[in-house]
Amino acid sequence: MQITSPGFKENARTALDDAPLQRALGNVRKGFIEKRAKASAALPEFDLLRDNARDIKDHVLAHLDLYLEAYAEKVEAAGGHVHWAETAEDARRIILEICRQKNARTVTKGKSMITEEIGLNDFLEEHAVAPVETDLGEYIIQLRGEHPSHIIAPAVHVNKDQVEADFRRVHTHLDPARNLEEPTTLLSEARAVLREKYFEADIGITGANFLIAETGTSVIVTNEGNGDLTQNLPKTHVVVASIEKIVPTLDDVSQILRVLARSATGQDMSVYTTFSTGPKRDIDPDGPEDYHVVLLDNGRSSMLGSEFQDMLRCIRCGACMNHCPVYHAVGGHAYGWVYPGPMGAVLTPSLMGVDKSGHLPNASTFCGRCESVCPMRIPLPKMMRHWREREFSRNLTPATARYGLGAWAFFAKRPALYQAATRLAMAVLGRLGRSKGRFSAMPLAGGWTKYRDLPAPEGETFQAQWAKRRTAA
Amino acid sequence: MSDARSAILAKMRSAMGRKADDVERKAAVADRLQRSPRGPLPARGQLPESERTALFQKMAEAVQASVVRVASRADVPDAVSAYLKSKNLPATVRMGEDARLAEMPWSAQKHMEILKGRAENADLATVSHALGGVAETGTLMLVSGPDNPTTLNFLPEHHIVVLEEADIAGDYESVWARIRERFGKGVMPRTVNMITGPSRSADIEQTLLLGAHGPRALHIVIVDKG
Ligand code: SF4
Repeated sequence: MQITSPGFKENARTALDDAPLQRALGNVRKGFIEKRAKASAALPEFDLLRDNARDIKDHVLAHLDLYLEAYAEKVEAAGGHVHWAETAEDARRIILEICRQKNARTVTKGKSMITEEIGLNDFLEEHAVAPVETDLGEYIIQLRGEHPSHIIAPAVHVNKDQVEADFRRVHTHLDPARNLEEPTTLLSEARAVLREKYFEADIGITGANFLIAETGTSVIVTNEGNGDLTQNLPKTHVVVASIEKIVPTLDDVSQILRVLARSATGQDMSVYTTFSTGPKRDIDPDGPEDYHVVLLDNGRSSMLGSEFQDMLRCIRCGACMNHCPVYHAVGGHAYGWVYPGPMGAVLTPSLMGVDKSGHLPNASTFCGRCESVCPMRIPLPKMMRHWREREFSRNLTPATARYGLGAWAFFAKRPALYQAATRLAMAVLGRLGRSKGRFSAMPLAGGWTKYRDLPAPEGETFQAQWAKRRTAA
Repeated sequence: MSDARSAILAKMRSAMGRKADDVERKAAVADRLQRSPRGPLPARGQLPESERTALFQKMAEAVQASVVRVASRADVPDAVSAYLKSKNLPATVRMGEDARLAEMPWSAQKHMEILKGRAENADLATVSHALGGVAETGTLMLVSGPDNPTTLNFLPEHHIVVLEEADIAGDYESVWARIRERFGKGVMPRTVNMITGPSRSADIEQTLLLGAHGPRALHIVIVDKG
């Protein structure tokens, strides 16, 4: 996927002016937050389970090389094949090779962010293999020629009437006069159209939420059941997963499952959690005859041992973006690559380079909500700050910001001067803004005031108020 | 591909400042895989059997599954037949070779047609036997094989699952222990399905709709221990 993160500011501006998008984003604010709060409150052990989930993944990351070897051995013992891919390009090539060996013309796909990361669909199409997304949200955006704007609700930016228009445009074999007003009729239509695709497909490709070292098992978690039809009906099942998806045992995965769905959708459990190990056995009447796993590194191994290692605990639940005021305002596409929201702001620079995505760690108000809801207790704001520091020291910050920060540093190192200067500034701003209590435009802060008013300072600095309180006490 | 494998592993080891023959780390990994230690279990599911069954039913119903309880295995065909009638479905079900299902008095159901084997696209209703249930979340656990082919779980409109009360555990971990006993430690059947309610999607404007790609309805028949 083409990265447009360097244009984050432009992207964000467009998103803020996009009325249908803004309407759709209302669904994120409304639904997810309340549901997660309810589900987590209903389980007294929730925070204890979060601690344990974090500890399990920390243990895995400290032993990742060894667990990967143990996992691969088990996959092979069960009759599966393991392919190691250092880069996105390697992964694409490996998958295409499997397609060629099987003379595949159509592949069905379960929802997978990793195949988005490696740009698999475009690549397969260029090589005469037709990928069909089967998750309803993914199917909708594939019809629209778009990319997911959310890691668990890929079409959250699309409204119902847009879906209707897309179905009418693409499903031309159906009666044009049919009624598609209700969401249920849209769902039934997609179900019927995709049913045929499962049976036609030569290969089913899924991602994996977890890879279990104890048994060589890949796990997918879905609500629709599309991932299961994708992997059970075609002759070949290909799993594409990144290396940090490893968990040691079935007990460990059970622990993490308890926090995954609750954090993601507010369900206690997703409808289908499916454990797949190797190809079908000789006596099995169904299931794939061939089972391949493509293990993708793509920059993750160098995050180990760095200040970004904790990011590899991420289980892609989406809670951080569901609770992010910046995501609520601009949606997922503005972030310009596969992973949006706070987790994307940390991961994208790690995987794609900070030179291409330096704006993302700045797309934060540092309100800390992402960290407070992250089931894996990933310190997202701290890591965004690390990127800002790196970006600053690498001279990538635009000149105005550098100049501003430099000036701030000059004063901050000289407390007396700083106080005098800020007192002056507060007094001036306070007077200027007094009439309305806020500014709707301000020189040098155009980026802020274009979309919101800046509250006028109350007239005294924090330090002055603090000093007053201390003497009063 | 072994080149890529060595390269990735080497990159990881150098990033971590570790060597491949690190005895302590190897021992830690072997130990965890061997012992598979349990983490904290939610108190919710840790109940005496009768309350566990009630919790299972409550949790399953909360995610839109329907549940009936019957006194014995012999009552299952009646319950299946009643369900089909209540949904205006033809008296046809498909099922696998599961011995517990095979022993049930299906022939006493007049006009009921029993199809065997993996599911077909046109199947409206299928019957599976679960390996276990988990009270904590109303979750069914099913394993693949000729007894209960996996396609039965996903292709029909209505999936009917028979579950023995004695097989309802408080937590997932207890069912894994049973699977390890049956298949061997570190060995799994091709597919294990955890199923919690019927298929659904909220991909259109975050509105919850049942019956996305899998069954629109999940009906659970619990056979009481008696
Ligand atoms: S960073 Fe945390 S909250 Fe965000 S997707 Fe990953 S696990 Fe979920």
